[in-house]
Amino acid sequence: MDDLDTEPMLPPPIRRIEVDREPHVAPARPAPNGNGVAVAAPRPRNVRPPALGARERMSIDGVWLAYGENWVVRDVSLPVRQGEVLALIGASGSGKTTLLRSLNRLTEITAGAGRAGSITLDGQDIHEIEVNALRRRVTMVFQQPNPFPMSIFENVAYALREKPGGRRRGRRSQLEPAVREALRRAGLHDEVGEDLDRSALALSGGQQQRLCIARALAAEPEVLLLDEPCSALDPISTAVIEDLVIGLRESVAVVIVTHNLQQAFRVADHVAFMHLGELVEYGTSEEVFDHPIQRRTRDYISGAFG
Amino acid sequence: MASVAAGERPTRPPAIVRPRREGTATWPLADRICHALCWAVGVGLCVITIAIVVFMLVKGITYLRPKLFIEHPAPAGPGAQAKSGGFLDPIVGTFIVTAIGIAIAAPAGIGLATWLNEYGRPRWLARTVESAIEMIAGVPSIVLAIFGLVIFSRPFLAFLSQPGATVALSQSFIIAGIMMSLLALPLVFTATRESLTQLPPRLREASYALGKTRATTIRRVLLPSPQMRTGMATGVVLGMGRIIGDTAILTILLGSTLKNEAVGHVPVWGTLRGTGSTLTSYIYNNSPAGEGGAPQKAYAAAFLLLMSVLVLNAAVTRLTGGQGGATRLTRIGRRALLTGVGGNG
Repeated sequence: MDDLDTEPMLPPPIRRIEVDREPHVAPARPAPNGNGVAVAAPRPRNVRPPALGARERMSIDGVWLAYGENWVVRDVSLPVRQGEVLALIGASGSGKTTLLRSLNRLTEITAGAGRAGSITLDGQDIHEIEVNALRRRVTMVFQQPNPFPMSIFENVAYALREKPGGRRRGRRSQLEPAVREALRRAGLHDEVGEDLDRSALALSGGQQQRLCIARALAAEPEVLLLDEPCSALDPISTAVIEDLVIGLRESVAVVIVTHNLQQAFRVADHVAFMHLGELVEYGTSEEVFDHPIQRRTRDYISGAFG
Repeated sequence: MASVAAGERPTRPPAIVRPRREGTATWPLADRICHALCWAVGVGLCVITIAIVVFMLVKGITYLRPKLFIEHPAPAGPGAQAKSGGFLDPIVGTFIVTAIGIAIAAPAGIGLATWLNEYGRPRWLARTVESAIEMIAGVPSIVLAIFGLVIFSRPFLAFLSQPGATVALSQSFIIAGIMMSLLALPLVFTATRESLTQLPPRLREASYALGKTRATTIRRVLLPSPQMRTGMATGVVLGMGRIIGDTAILTILLGSTLKNEAVGHVPVWGTLRGTGSTLTSYIYNNSPAGEGGAPQKAYAAAFLLLMSVLVLNAAVTRLTGGQGGATRLTRIGRRALLTGVGGNG
């Protein structure tokens, strides 16, 4: 791989204070007025109003994650804010997907997963929240579209049904408005609204992925995690989903893992570059892509851009 | 297939060159002999299968009469086959035993497989259960039958059969059905487990990521999926085939009365507690190996039995997407689940 400008980290004594290897974390700049965001960018980027009033929903603080004896995330600290999109970029094996999955404790379904450090949601440690309650507040969309083998309606209704303490079997007429609203938010309603009883598996890949987003939104989460949501999709479907993600950031905090640097640049307000489990650089999209401070970031970005 | 590029270009497609099949001429002699032997065994097997079916077809159809289906059987000595009645009771008996057996085995097998695959904790218990089921699968049915005899002859279990002189009779439809369920259980279990392990992990992940519990995921996503339905149905059909075909358990735990004889006056429960016969025990008892009362009717019954097992086999083939062809839903479901691409994608 790339030659690193720092020595490889030693295996962790957990929670050791790392004074001299602080990642470069740029303080979140107050967003500039007008469309100053887009002007500075040499590459095409969706012109959009800056995220106003971004507020911190999750806080990742000194997090280490391991599978067995193997540390895959090393001492990462990041804020997750509502009102902005946070992109995690980095090569394969950099730990970004693991970090993402740890945010709703999905890492726990893998045998041998271990952790250190703290992750909080609205100030509360996520390991003190009942796991299924947490996963309804922090939902996830995966790399491969994974609709359930049911009708479109049932796919979305599943997320609404069986809430503990709620209606176990809501009648269709009661659920339908919420289902349609979720499909609308995911930009799928115009395409499938007429026949919600079609099998979800008969949809195209891009539609399936938007159905998965609708399903994830139906639970009315506070944070939406996207794990390379477009890597299995064609460019047109990708563009649709990117627009959707940008539109969603006002109502939910969005974290997206992507291999596609162009995509990160297009959708993200803040970008975190990870390498071999370490957070190398964190900053606004412009800072990370146009003025990276760390050499590893520069190498990765220029290499990937060609 | 050679495809012509477009309709407006009338060029003839080129002559297709297909790879020639490898001959055995270049093989070493030993390999060629083995190859020939395999071939011969294969052909021999086909001949035997066809012989069985043809033989049973000829014999069976010769003696099969519509009235056999509606007449009660009657004991008849040698040479008095005309008076031996039909096999209504054995047909009903087969249905009863199969229904009881599968009614126990299906939920138990599906439940166990799901628990083992989705929870499986504590580990030692899971491993023990797994070995236990493997062992049951290997136990000869006559051993199960003798074991059943020991258990169900306890006087306090007489309500399942009928009280005898000192111990319970331990012969009844319900007892035979219970022991039969042990025959079907491993088949249901294995088929369900197999399907569960083949479900893509992302189906579970998707559900967990929505904040669903394991129980909800199993009940609402995993078990209702087309793959699982197919797998479970396959197990159930295989189990039914196993029950229909077994004789040893019936000989010991159902008795050798040809007629289904109810015990007491409660309509259904009385029949379940009573003795009787099924197609297999009817064949056994009427064949020369048994009392030899009515070999012709044994042939007719055997034909019927063979047909029902063949039908079940065809059902399994169809369910598992063999030559019968899977349903559209299964096909779409399977492909989509395996590749993650939709039906028209």
